[in-house]
Amino acid sequence: MIGLQHYLTLSAMLFVLSIIGIVINRRNLILILMCIELMLLAVNFNFIAFSRYLGDELGQVFVFFILTVAAAEAAIGLAILVVLFRNKRSINVQELNEMKG
Amino acid sequence: MLFHSILFYAFSLVLLGAACGVVFSKNPIHSIMFLVLTFFQAAILWLMAEAEFLAIVLVLVYVGAVMVLFLFVVMMLEVDIEAVKKGMSRYTAPALAIAALMTFELINLIWLRSSDEEVGGNFQPLPEGYDNTKALGEVLYTEHVYAFEIAAVVLLLAIVAAITLTMRKRPNLKVQDISAQVAVQAKDRVRIVKMDAEEKS
Amino acid sequence: MYNYYLTIVLAPLIAAIVTGLFGKQVGRAGAHGLTILGVGLSCALSFVVLYQMVWGGASPENISVYTWAVTDGLRMEVGFLVDRLSALMMCVVTFVSLMVHIYTIGYMHDDPGYQRFFSYISLFTFSMLMLVMSNNFLQLFFGWEAVGLVSYLLIGFWYKKETAIFANLKAFLVNRVGDFGFILGIAGVVMLTNSLDYATVFGQADYIAGETLEVIPGTAWNAMTVICILLFIGAMGKSAQAPLHVWLPDSMEGPTPISALIHAATMVTAGIFMVARMSPLYELTTTALSVVIVIGAITAFFMGLLGIVQNDIKRVVAYSTLSQLGYMTVALGASAYSAAIFHLMTHAFFKALLFLAAGSVIIAMHHEQDIRKMGGLKKYMPITYWTALIGSLALIGFPGSAGFFSKDLLIEAVADSHWKGQGAVYWIAYLSVLLGVFVTALYSFRMFFLVFHGEERMDAETKSHLHETPLVVTGPLILLAIPSAVIGWITVEAILFGGFFGDAIVTSAARPDVLQELGSHWHGSLALLLHAPMTPVFWLAAAGVGAAWYLWLKRPDIPEAMHKKFSGLYNLLDRKYYFDDLWIKGFAGGGRSLGNLLWQKGDQTVIDGWLVNGTANTVGRLAGIVRQIQTGYLYTYAFAMIIGLTALLSWLVWFR
Repeated sequence: MIGLQHYLTLSAMLFVLSIIGIVINRRNLILILMCIELMLLAVNFNFIAFSRYLGDELGQVFVFFILTVAAAEAAIGLAILVVLFRNKRSINVQELNEMKG
Repeated sequence: MLFHSILFYAFSLVLLGAACGVVFSKNPIHSIMFLVLTFFQAAILWLMAEAEFLAIVLVLVYVGAVMVLFLFVVMMLEVDIEAVKKGMSRYTAPALAIAALMTFELINLIWLRSSDEEVGGNFQPLPEGYDNTKALGEVLYTEHVYAFEIAAVVLLLAIVAAITLTMRKRPNLKVQDISAQVAVQAKDRVRIVKMDAEEKS
Repeated sequence: MYNYYLTIVLAPLIAAIVTGLFGKQVGRAGAHGLTILGVGLSCALSFVVLYQMVWGGASPENISVYTWAVTDGLRMEVGFLVDRLSALMMCVVTFVSLMVHIYTIGYMHDDPGYQRFFSYISLFTFSMLMLVMSNNFLQLFFGWEAVGLVSYLLIGFWYKKETAIFANLKAFLVNRVGDFGFILGIAGVVMLTNSLDYATVFGQADYIAGETLEVIPGTAWNAMTVICILLFIGAMGKSAQAPLHVWLPDSMEGPTPISALIHAATMVTAGIFMVARMSPLYELTTTALSVVIVIGAITAFFMGLLGIVQNDIKRVVAYSTLSQLGYMTVALGASAYSAAIFHLMTHAFFKALLFLAAGSVIIAMHHEQDIRKMGGLKKYMPITYWTALIGSLALIGFPGSAGFFSKDLLIEAVADSHWKGQGAVYWIAYLSVLLGVFVTALYSFRMFFLVFHGEERMDAETKSHLHETPLVVTGPLILLAIPSAVIGWITVEAILFGGFFGDAIVTSAARPDVLQELGSHWHGSLALLLHAPMTPVFWLAAAGVGAAWYLWLKRPDIPEAMHKKFSGLYNLLDRKYYFDDLWIKGFAGGGRSLGNLLWQKGDQTVIDGWLVNGTANTVGRLAGIVRQIQTGYLYTYAFAMIIGLTALLSWLVWFR
C-alpha cells in the first residue's frame, strides 16, 4: 500500500540527490539552477503528499505558488546568467570566485 | 493495489534514475533532457496521488516553458563541453558523506519516528465525485485570491526583470529614431545658400 | 556667640574667595585691604571670644552648625567646639596671620602674584580656624588637609622655580604618608564608636581602651594604642617630627611670610594641637605616649644639631622650628599638655618674629639668604636687629622672655614626668631636651652673630643699598616682639597652673599630674626668674651663647678647622643624617623604579602587548584562518549551508 511515507522517502532521496548535484558540480551555473529546480520538485512532492494525506487542498495551493515562484526564479536566474556570460564569457563556476568580501 | 504499488516503484525508479542523469551527465543538453524526464515522472506520480491539476500544470509550465527556456539559454551560450570534463571537486568525498548522513536521518525521521508515534501513513480514499481541479479552483479564487493575485504580480515582475537584465543598447546599431523623424522641420533638412550668378567667360 | 564664631571662620574665607577670583578687579590695594580686614575682624572677634571665655565666664560651647550627611548612623557635621584651648589657638592663629598679612605688603611688594598670595594666606587662615574650632574628626581632617593644600600652594608659590616645585611636591608627598596614618586613626575611631563627634568619642574612651585590634592577624593590640599611634603619625607628618620632618626645611623655598605663618607658627603646630585635643584618648595609653615622647626627643635634639651647619638663614630657623616642635611633642608625651600648648603659643610669637626678621634681612640683602655673605647688619637695620635679638633670646629661653617660661617649665615637667621610673624613655627625653637647650643657643646665636655682627662680608653693590626696611615690615616685627618678650611673664601662671583649659585637656588620674606637682612648688613668675641661675638650663643656654660668640665671632678659624678635622661628622650633619637620600632615593626612587617596572612590564607588555594588541592580533590571525573558508566559489557557500542544514537535522533526529 503506497502511502505518505513512500512519497516522503522519494522526496528525501530526490532532495539529497539535488544537494549532491549542487555541491560536486564543477561545471556550469545552469546545472546548479537545474538542481534547484529538482530540489523544489522534492519540496512539492512533500506538499502534495501531505495534502493528499490530510485531505486538505491548501497544500496544493502552496504547490501552485511554489511553481509560480520557481518559474519566476528560473526566468530571472537565467537572465542573470546571460548577463554574466556576456560580461565574463564564461559560466564556469570555478572561474566565478568574486563573492568574497 | 499491488499493481498500484508496482507502478509507484517503477515510476519512482525512473524518476531517481533521471535525477541522477541530471546531476551526473557531462553534457548540459543531456541534463536538461533528463530533467524533462524527471518532471514527466513527477507528474505521473502526482497523478497517482490524485493531484491531477498540478500534474498537468507541471508538465505545461515546466516542461513546456521553463525547460525550453533552459534549453534555449544553453544553446545560446555555446558552453564549451570539453572544458568542463575535469575531475571531481575536492568536496566530493565530504559531500557524499553529508548526503549519506542526511539520507539516513531523513529516512530515520520518516519511517522510525512516524511508526513510533503510530502515524497511519495511508492515504484515505477520496469521496465520490471529487474533482481536484474544481476543489483547487474553489479555494484559489475565494480564500486565496489575494495570494493568487500576488503570484500574478510576481510573474509580471519576473518578466520585467528578465527583460531589463538582458536588454542592452549596442552602439553602432542602425535603428530608426521615430520621434526624431516626427519632430523634424523643414529648415533642418534644406539649406538655402545664396550666391552670385557667375558670368560666362 | 554663635554669630561670632561664624564670622571668625567665614571672614577670611570670603576675603580669600573675592581676592582669589576677582584679583584683577580689586587690585593690589583692594587685595591686601580686603584680606587684612577679614583677618583683622577674625582676630578682633577671637580676642573677644577669648576674653569671654577667660574673664566673661562663658562656658565652653559645642555647636553643630550643619549636618551635611548622615550615613548608617554616622553623622557628618560642620560644628564648632569652642573652649579655652581653641579660643587660645584662634587668637594665636589670627594674630600671627594678621601680622603676616601686614608684613606681606612690604615683602611681596613687587611680586606679580600679589593678589594670589593674599588669597592663599587668607584661605590658610580659614582652614586653620576650621581645624582648631572643629568639634568632630571629619572637620578636623578637612582643616588638616586644607592647610596642607594651602601649604603646598604656597611652597610652590614661585612656580617657575625648579627647587620650589620640588619642595612643594616633597611636602605634599611626605604629608600624605602622615595623613594616611591619620585617616586610618580616624577610621579606627569610627569603627569602634561609630561616631565622629569629639564628645561622643571621648565619652567612650574607656570602652576603646578596653578593646583590642588585630592589625596583623594573631597579634591583639590595644585599640587605643593603635588609634593614638596612627593619629600621631598624622601629627608627625604635619608637625614635621622625625622621620617625616624632611619636608619642612625644603618648604623654605616659599616666600618668607608663609614660612613664618605656616611653617613656623601655626600649621606645623596643628599636630601638637591635635594631640592636646585628643588628650582624653592619649592619656589611656602609655605605649602611645612613650612613642610620642621618644619621637619628640629625637626630633628636638638631632634636628637642632643640623641647625649648626646650615648656612641659609631661613633653613637655620627652620631647623630650630623642628627642634622646638620636638620640645612640644616631648611635653605631650610627658602628659604636660598645657605646657606644650603654652610653648606652642610663645613659640608662635617668637618664631614668627624670627622668620619675619629673617625676611626683613632678606629684603635688605636683595634676596640673598646665605649668612656667610652677611655680617655687621646691626648698624644698618637697628629695628630688625633689636627685634631679632628679642626673638633669639626668647628662643634660647633667656630669663624673663616668653621662651624662658615655656621652655624652662616644659623641661621641668619632663624632669618630673611619670616617665621618671621608666629608665630609657625618661633619660632619652630628659637628656635630649636638656642638651637641646645648649644646641639651640649655639645655632641661634651663630646665626645671629653671623648676620648682625662681625665683619661685613656682602659685596659693595648690596652694601650701598643696605637700609632699614619700611614700616609695614618693621611694624609687625615690633608687634610680635612685644608678646615674645612679655607674654610668658603674664600668662604662665594662668595657663599652666590655673586649670586654664578646664575640661578641654584631661590628664589621667592614674598618673601623677606633672603640672599639678610643679604647681605645688610654684611661687610666682618672679621667684622662677630669680631661681633661673640655679638651673642647668640657664647655664647650658649661656654656654651655648658663649660658644657661639667664641667660635664664630672671636675665632672663626676654629669652626673651619673643625670642618676639616671632623669632615665625616660634618657631612653627616650637612646631608641631614641622609634622611633625604633615604626618602628620595630609597622610597621615592624605589617607587619610581617599581612604577617603571609596572609600566614597562605590566602595562606595555602584559596589558598593551598581550591583552590589547594581543586581542587584536589573535582576532586578526583567526580571521586570517577563517578567511580561507571565504573562497568566493558558489558551491562552497552552498556546501556550508548544507552542512548547517544537516547539523540542524541531526539535532532534530538525535537530541529531540
